[in-house]
Amino acid sequence: MVEAYLRQSALAHLGLEGRGAGARGAAGVAMSERPHRGIVNLRLDPGNAEAMAALKAAFGFALPAAANTSAGNTDTIALWLGPDEWWLVVPGPEPEAGPALAEKLRAALSGHFAAVTEVGESRTCIRVAGPRARALLQKGCPLDFHPRAFVAGACAQSILAKAAVTFHLFADESAAQAGAEGPVFDVYVARSFAEYLWAWLEDAGAEYDVAVVA
Amino acid sequence: MTQRFRLPEGGLIDRAKPLGFRFDGTRYQGYAGDSLASALLANGVHLVGRSFKYHRPRGIFSAGAEEPNALVQLGAGARSDANMRATQVDLVDGLTAASQNCWPSLGFDLGAINNQLSRFLPAGFYYKTFMWPAALWMRYEWVIRHAAGMGKVPDARDPDHYDKTYAHCDVLVAGAGPAGLAAALAASETGARVILAEQDGELGGALLGLDETIDGAPARDWVAAARAELEARESVTILTRTTVYGYFDHNFLGLLERVTDHLAEKPARLPRHRLWKLRAKQVVLATGAIERPLVFSDNDRPGIMLAGACQAYVNRYAVKPGSKAVVFTNNDGAYGAALDLAAAGIEIAAIVDLRPDPEGPATERAEAAGLPVLAGHAIIGTRGDQRVDQVRIARISADGASIVGGAGEGAAQTIDCDLVAVSGGWSPTVHLFSQSRGKIRFDAELGCFLPGDAAQATHLAGACNGAFGLASCLQTGFEAGAQAAKAAGLKPGKRRRKIQKAPEASDDGFLPARWTWLVPSDRPLGQGGKHFVDLQNDVTAADLKLALREGYRSVEHVKRYTTTGMGTDQGKTGNVNAIAIIAETQGRPIPEVGVTTFRPPYTAVTFGAFAGRDIEDLLDATRRTPIHAWHQRNGAVFEDVGQWKRPWYYPKASESMHDAVNREVKAVRSSLGVVDATTLGKIDIQGKDAAEFLNRMYTNAWSKLEVGKCRYGLMLGEDGMVMDDGVTARLGEHHYLMTTTTGNAAPVFGHLEEFLQTEWPELEVRLTSVTEQFATVSLAGPNARRLLAELTQDIELSANALPHMGLARGRVAGIPARVFRVSFTGEMSFEINVRASYGLALWQAVMTAGEKYDITPYGTEAMHVLRAEKGFIIVGQETDGSVTPLDLGMDWILSKNKDFIGKRSLTRPDMLKPDRKQLVGLLTEDPAEVLPEGAQLVETVLAKPPMVMVGHVSSSYHSPNLERSFALAMIKGGRGKMGQRVFAPLQGGKTLACTITGPVFLDPEGERLRG
Amino acid sequence: MLLIPCPYCGPRSEEEFSYGNEAHIPRPKQPDKLDDAEWAEYVFMRSNTKGVFLERWMHAQGCRRWFNVARDTVSYEILAVYEIGAPRPELELRRDV
Repeated sequence: MVEAYLRQSALAHLGLEGRGAGARGAAGVAMSERPHRGIVNLRLDPGNAEAMAALKAAFGFALPAAANTSAGNTDTIALWLGPDEWWLVVPGPEPEAGPALAEKLRAALSGHFAAVTEVGESRTCIRVAGPRARALLQKGCPLDFHPRAFVAGACAQSILAKAAVTFHLFADESAAQAGAEGPVFDVYVARSFAEYLWAWLEDAGAEYDVAVVA
Repeated sequence: MTQRFRLPEGGLIDRAKPLGFRFDGTRYQGYAGDSLASALLANGVHLVGRSFKYHRPRGIFSAGAEEPNALVQLGAGARSDANMRATQVDLVDGLTAASQNCWPSLGFDLGAINNQLSRFLPAGFYYKTFMWPAALWMRYEWVIRHAAGMGKVPDARDPDHYDKTYAHCDVLVAGAGPAGLAAALAASETGARVILAEQDGELGGALLGLDETIDGAPARDWVAAARAELEARESVTILTRTTVYGYFDHNFLGLLERVTDHLAEKPARLPRHRLWKLRAKQVVLATGAIERPLVFSDNDRPGIMLAGACQAYVNRYAVKPGSKAVVFTNNDGAYGAALDLAAAGIEIAAIVDLRPDPEGPATERAEAAGLPVLAGHAIIGTRGDQRVDQVRIARISADGASIVGGAGEGAAQTIDCDLVAVSGGWSPTVHLFSQSRGKIRFDAELGCFLPGDAAQATHLAGACNGAFGLASCLQTGFEAGAQAAKAAGLKPGKRRRKIQKAPEASDDGFLPARWTWLVPSDRPLGQGGKHFVDLQNDVTAADLKLALREGYRSVEHVKRYTTTGMGTDQGKTGNVNAIAIIAETQGRPIPEVGVTTFRPPYTAVTFGAFAGRDIEDLLDATRRTPIHAWHQRNGAVFEDVGQWKRPWYYPKASESMHDAVNREVKAVRSSLGVVDATTLGKIDIQGKDAAEFLNRMYTNAWSKLEVGKCRYGLMLGEDGMVMDDGVTARLGEHHYLMTTTTGNAAPVFGHLEEFLQTEWPELEVRLTSVTEQFATVSLAGPNARRLLAELTQDIELSANALPHMGLARGRVAGIPARVFRVSFTGEMSFEINVRASYGLALWQAVMTAGEKYDITPYGTEAMHVLRAEKGFIIVGQETDGSVTPLDLGMDWILSKNKDFIGKRSLTRPDMLKPDRKQLVGLLTEDPAEVLPEGAQLVETVLAKPPMVMVGHVSSSYHSPNLERSFALAMIKGGRGKMGQRVFAPLQGGKTLACTITGPVFLDPEGERLRG
Repeated sequence: MLLIPCPYCGPRSEEEFSYGNEAHIPRPKQPDKLDDAEWAEYVFMRSNTKGVFLERWMHAQGCRRWFNVARDTVSYEILAVYEIGAPRPELELRRDV
């Protein structure tokens, strides 16, 4: 095991935790960093039924086949990235989550042609939630974020401002009705771009009032 | 001064909200709901500017976006805005505006001398006068810019902020007049996502300025009901003060929303403008029409206005634009305006109608009301200095080409007036349709250009498609909206309320009309009076005819030569008249002459809106390594490498850059340096064909590289030019990790993917970018191994266990790491890769443990010096896309036993020429002189250029190890010129003499790095 | 700004793509068997078509897959998209260009 305290998230130096003490109040957007997720990039021919079945057996769900969709359970989420490419994401911050996930995949795919590559360290996740979250993301991304077009579970790779990102609509407006902060977007960005993107989001979101939350 | 010309009642202004404003320093008052133009007119101010070329007095001409004259400088200081159309400026409390293009004052303008000199200022004047001599152009230009320039651009930084957003909808409706409102209602009834964009602050379009009824009630009631209905629909977005300024490919449109301009107190969190980048599945254009002026002698004086504009000032703003009006028309529509003016208490002195037998519904009503009509007559001249005070009128011949009775004052009668309301018919606003590449056709009956075949998913409604009657506008609006929604894939709606059916309204257009494009006068054209075609650019009918006489034929050429239609208004009022006059003069039909190209933007868009928030710190994305915060805290000066921020050097207290770099360079050679190498590109390569893939992409052979070993590779484009280089390690049987240069990470990844996907999809190879998965801390120097040994227990570091180009795994400072023994400095060097989130911890551990070796962080500048001392190239510095491996003397890395990308190109004859530029070293004869990078080299120095250039300096530094300057250069046939002298003639006359040497200046045997 | 139907991700804005020039120009199997002119033809020469042009695009900010596009260079209309390796689409060349 590695000491977790040695880890530094992409936005740690901004001191967001200190700022996040305040209440969300009437802010239109709530933002936070969700760092240190275990992410594994998987390249696999979806026509390899045996391998797909092995993954389903290992994870308890099938990889999403439809473009721009996700699948998963509380332990692991799979995001469709391309016709033979997925991300598997373990939301927990445990230092060994990524390597363990990669091992699990390699074991399940033993004997098949697949590329299993850890990429969690290269990304951080900025969670953008709240009633104006769609409007805020729409400012910087040519995708259509209207509730009819981007539904709960949707995911897509695109650009946000001048950074390449992967969007995942973790929960839609129904979460807001349930008293949570919906809609809830997870925006995955390369760690080197994180500070730029955070600054851009705060600037673009100022008109909706941005709350930094824990 | 009170609002003397304000009507006691009516209009859409709020008399309970008076607003104070200043124009040219004088205080005035208007009301909420006024435009600046209507407020000025309410105060009797007609003279608002001077014309562009002749500095003639000009007044408010229109009531909308087409305004050519009333361009004002708005506000003062950093927020000042030039060329703002007073007709579209919402009045706000405290507004200040100033006239433009006049000096020293609007009333007394020295530039007006140009009017007296006008026969010396014909079309093409600038081209003719300033052609020769070229050396004087700079001086002419200064004079012209001073004479011509319209408004003034503020010097200070714009204090406002601007926003941009993407947007999507099923149906965009451009324009919220009756047709647009109907279209939005019909489209949204299906549940379609509709955006309704209106450039005005109010919905209603032409209805705002007309006294019309719909279903027997005032049209404004219908507008209010339509708005309420649209606002109640969740899928509708209404954008007011929003101009659809551009219609681009694939139904992509640009909209400019003016968010706060109309607010006296501007909330700090709101942007001033918002630029909408909209993708619409379907577009309904309901952009209306613009009234045309008539081209008659001296048709430009203040007080001469478009008839429809006069009507709008009376009906919408409750302002009398004059007391005694002459209406001059070629069509029935202006009679409606005359009736509205008369109803507002303006005396109609005469309706001068070019038609010999006026007829039509409005004509009948006006005649019934007893308004005086002069049929078959024309205004042949006007009088009045700062405001029109008299017109001269004469009967015109049957063909409309001349006046009856011939030249001379005798044939004319005069009428005193302070307002001339002009109508030359209407031009549909086809700008957006034309921008979308839709075809435009000329309609002879309507006397205007109409949309023809659409090029995109475009629907048309109302006057922009030639439906000029209100009932037709509503009808075509409902139809277009329903069609658009259906085409966007929505099902017809079921909620049929009264408001959604085409309601009852009159359907009078402006016909019948008589098309007399150039109104005759009693004097020859161009003498004694000016027939203006383009008011903003001061282009007259005589200018057009002169251009044609001088041989210009194409309308596009005539436009550029005369500048007609090239002002900020882009000829919204003048272009059709210009085309018709050209056609008439050439004796060609109008369709054959064609129309000039409509280009975006429809009306001007602030640069701030295009920039949005992409300014200053957010100008471009910046990339930071996980160790960035440490560099910052420790005083690093950063250099931009691509988007990355890399430490350039770390100056101590009072150190200069030179001193800091020398210190860093020396530390690496004498003890220990450390550099943050995280930014190098890293590509994970997996699959059983990985080695084969590398063989094809790199120039050298990869099949025999052992697991756990690294190799330097060179990558070419298919043209044989060096594209990138870097070290690739074999991590496992079918697993490699490639590094690329920092700047080329993305291009190289794309290059690899391109060949893999498009040429060799059969290869079992998969690539993943892992540049940012790892932080890379690189130790270099004689003490590198000693320090690393202190930080690891499980990695054997001996020369045998971990030789140069070896790879080991273990823990460094307790953190799982890969250690690559590779060197870019020529010193013993270890690149430690750890997972990115541990990068800072590793760096700090290295810095702490390295204190006893005086560990020195070094930046990119020291790195460049260190590698150049060794003659190592940097792709993009020694190479520039035109350099082959042979040019670099790297024949050793070209495999003869296999094909690779770019190999065949290396045997093209051009690649083998002996006079290609080759990599060499260069030593100045004066060791203290450092050559500038990029300096051109010559063998023979002449007194002044041109000289025969034989090469250039690619890298140049001072070396504290060599204790002198040194450089790398690309010189023609350089490898055959060792020891020869070349010269670098520099700017300022100094010439540096140098000697050509080999490119390796230090440790040619590589003993330091092997050890 | 084109709206390009990525065969894998669906319609996306042009900003997400990079351009790959003319399609159906395979790399010669044996470059050393070509004379200089033939090789130069492959490396440097591309058509400059007015009308329907078969070209390559890569969804750089999306799935990173290369694919082919049939696009009218006059109207910019995209007539077909198809995978790399797929045959040229049969299109009605009805355009008056």
